[in-house]
Amino acid sequence: MEVKREVLGSSLPGMDPKHDFRARQLAARDMLRGDLEGEALEQYVRDSVLTTTVDKAVAWARGNSFFPLTFGLACCAMEWMHVIASRVDLARFGWEASRASPRQADLIILSGRVSVKMAPVVRRIWDQMLEPKYAISMGACCSSTGVFNNYALVASDKFMPIDVHVPGCPPRPEAVAHGIIRLREKIQATEKPGWRERYDAVGTEEILSEETIARQSAADAAIGVFPGGDTAGVTGA
Amino acid sequence: MPDATGLELIAHELRDGNAEAVLGTEFARDRAVILAAPEHVRFVIRSLMDKGYTFIPSVHGVDYYPEEPRLGVLYEMMDMREVDRISVKARVSTEDPRIPSITDLFPGANFDEREVYDMFGVVFEGHPDMRRILMPEDFEGYPQRRDYPLGGEPVLFTYNEEKNYGRWQ
Amino acid sequence: MAVELDSSDYRRREESVSYSVEPAGMGETHELLTLNIGPHHPATHGVLRLLATLEGEVVRDCKPVLGYLHTGIEKTAEDKAYWKVVPVIERMDYMSYYFNAMAYCGAVETLLGIEVPPRAQYLRVIHLELNRIASHLLWLGTSALDLGAISMFWYCLREKDTILDLFEMSSGQRMHTRYFQIGGVMEDIPRGFAGKLKKFLDEMPSRADQYADLLEKNQIVFERLHETCVVDEQTLLKLGVTGPLLRATGNPWDLRKAAPYSSYDHFDFKIPVGTVGDNYDRYRVRQAELYESTKIISQALEGLPEGPFITPDRKVALPPRHELATSMEALIHHFKLVTEGFRVPPGEAYYPIESPRGELGCFVRADGSSKPARVHMRDPSFHNMQALEPMVDGTYVADLIAALAMLDPIIGGVDR
Repeated sequence: MEVKREVLGSSLPGMDPKHDFRARQLAARDMLRGDLEGEALEQYVRDSVLTTTVDKAVAWARGNSFFPLTFGLACCAMEWMHVIASRVDLARFGWEASRASPRQADLIILSGRVSVKMAPVVRRIWDQMLEPKYAISMGACCSSTGVFNNYALVASDKFMPIDVHVPGCPPRPEAVAHGIIRLREKIQATEKPGWRERYDAVGTEEILSEETIARQSAADAAIGVFPGGDTAGVTGA
Repeated sequence: MPDATGLELIAHELRDGNAEAVLGTEFARDRAVILAAPEHVRFVIRSLMDKGYTFIPSVHGVDYYPEEPRLGVLYEMMDMREVDRISVKARVSTEDPRIPSITDLFPGANFDEREVYDMFGVVFEGHPDMRRILMPEDFEGYPQRRDYPLGGEPVLFTYNEEKNYGRWQ
Repeated sequence: MAVELDSSDYRRREESVSYSVEPAGMGETHELLTLNIGPHHPATHGVLRLLATLEGEVVRDCKPVLGYLHTGIEKTAEDKAYWKVVPVIERMDYMSYYFNAMAYCGAVETLLGIEVPPRAQYLRVIHLELNRIASHLLWLGTSALDLGAISMFWYCLREKDTILDLFEMSSGQRMHTRYFQIGGVMEDIPRGFAGKLKKFLDEMPSRADQYADLLEKNQIVFERLHETCVVDEQTLLKLGVTGPLLRATGNPWDLRKAAPYSSYDHFDFKIPVGTVGDNYDRYRVRQAELYESTKIISQALEGLPEGPFITPDRKVALPPRHELATSMEALIHHFKLVTEGFRVPPGEAYYPIESPRGELGCFVRADGSSKPARVHMRDPSFHNMQALEPMVDGTYVADLIAALAMLDPIIGGVDR
């Protein structure tokens, strides 16, 4: 068997020499010493600067520093603890600062079965969270009712919007980490996560423009709802 | 477990104390059960506790549908000195599901009796706090009776996918 | 004429729950405060709601409100064939899943009258004790977290990850493994399991020593836990409490020694027992049980007998797959077992075992069909919850949190 040896970091044929790690390392060393001049310096500056929009940068920062809510319901909470523990470390993503108060948290992770008695409590906690907020439904029991299809449980997406469902019973910590990465991609791709855009809604106390009123009335009329609750004008079902 | 003869002796002694208390005995696979009349269950339990069965690990209900009387309340009793177990079974019907509570004899039956009330509808008279424990307080029905439906949602296939009611919009 | 408690006056009955605990001499300047330590709280171990009545910082009354995790497991189990109940019943007390399965399988095996082969019994013991260590490690990590020793959480979960790796090796799944089947275990342990287990057992006592060094003689832990929330033995016995709580008061009641099941009498181990019954004793008892469980596992591993890992009774356990190619009978048995399941002759059985929290019992009533007619789990946490009130009466709120941690409730078991 032939063993091919290569110097670590050397460019593979066809690769852009700009991406050569060793060359970049040497350029940085020269920069620090003050040895870079002229064109090399220009090139270095061009390589070190990226342009973006403020929204994208904020979304990137937001995705990397998220405060999950400390919320554990049942068995999936045990696996959630393993996600925070050292093997699959949540702090790698910057998400280790779990907040106990929903007012300070961004993410609620429903880890475990949501019973009929607990569902209003979860909904109230979700309502108490401030925008932008996300929800991960971890495990089979809260995504659907999981192993138990009976009178006592309710699937979580019947009463609150869920962004990522992670299947498993309980899902492995690595699976939850995968769900977290997908959620992070979603957060970093969303530039304007405000609730006005997401739900196409306005606050009740706001003064609406003519255009908004017309648009919303048209949308309401399409499904048969008229101001004053008058549905007499609707024909058919 | 007391063996079959031991069980008969115990039942005999209980009948000596109160003739109507013991309706019968069952003995199968090392499990000794004394069938008690519901009104006299306190007497039976107290006598057994005096005999040494001082620890009551579990009070639970069973629905014997369709045999009448339908609702059974089982008291699993344990003697910690001799390491011996015995059970007391009292059956009530759904028309009159009342049975005296044993919380003053054994305070540990408190939560257990609330659960039997919650799940089967058996009212324990004399219980300090007779209300539902596991279901929401305004729940109607007694879930673990055999004629209560299991509930849940139908599994969605392509043909009934559109009828997935209640989905968050 | 059924007796109905009018459910519309539940508000009025809720009002009578805890608000009337007024000690004498409370004039117009004082009032009792009812604090709702709600179902969502970082320090309650799961979704437990406590209505605490406080006088200043002193707890006068504490009523737990349960049911926020009620899953209807017992009712779901009535709808499934006997062997299909095992995964459902495992999810009850979600930290001691092997124990749930053991209690249920033991009850059904009693009803069927079948013998579990010795190799299966030893394998069961190994997995049960590993689960006990895992449960105690999680308890230690989260309790230390509640007290403020945050880094213990990561250390304990590191060990627990190793244990879950072992479970994954033997059954393919980290939690809720469905490894215990009726009649034995699902599969024999693979090659390499014994080596990995031995390595873990060699490390575990020294790791437990490290945890003890961190916490046992720590002044802060001592002052938080020592002489707080003392309950005496008679009160606990009257409340139906077993397990480490009872052992902390000095009563060495342990079903593994008192009424041995599944070859526990073949092993030599001690029962750690406390003296006073305060929080510190409860902590020390569970800490010491870590060492004892390690001893049991090493004895079981060394003495592991050869033989089948599940009962040879083909009417109850699936035949091995290679037989299906040659034997018609095996095929028929396999078909019958998978489609309908085996039928259990009518009867009732109550099978108690010693779980990390106390006496875990399973009551199964069979009516002759292939589905159980009633499955009831006597859960230790449900009864240990009743001990919370005497524990925290007259202590501070911080002691309430510590007491809840030392009580080790698993709300999945409480609510089933």
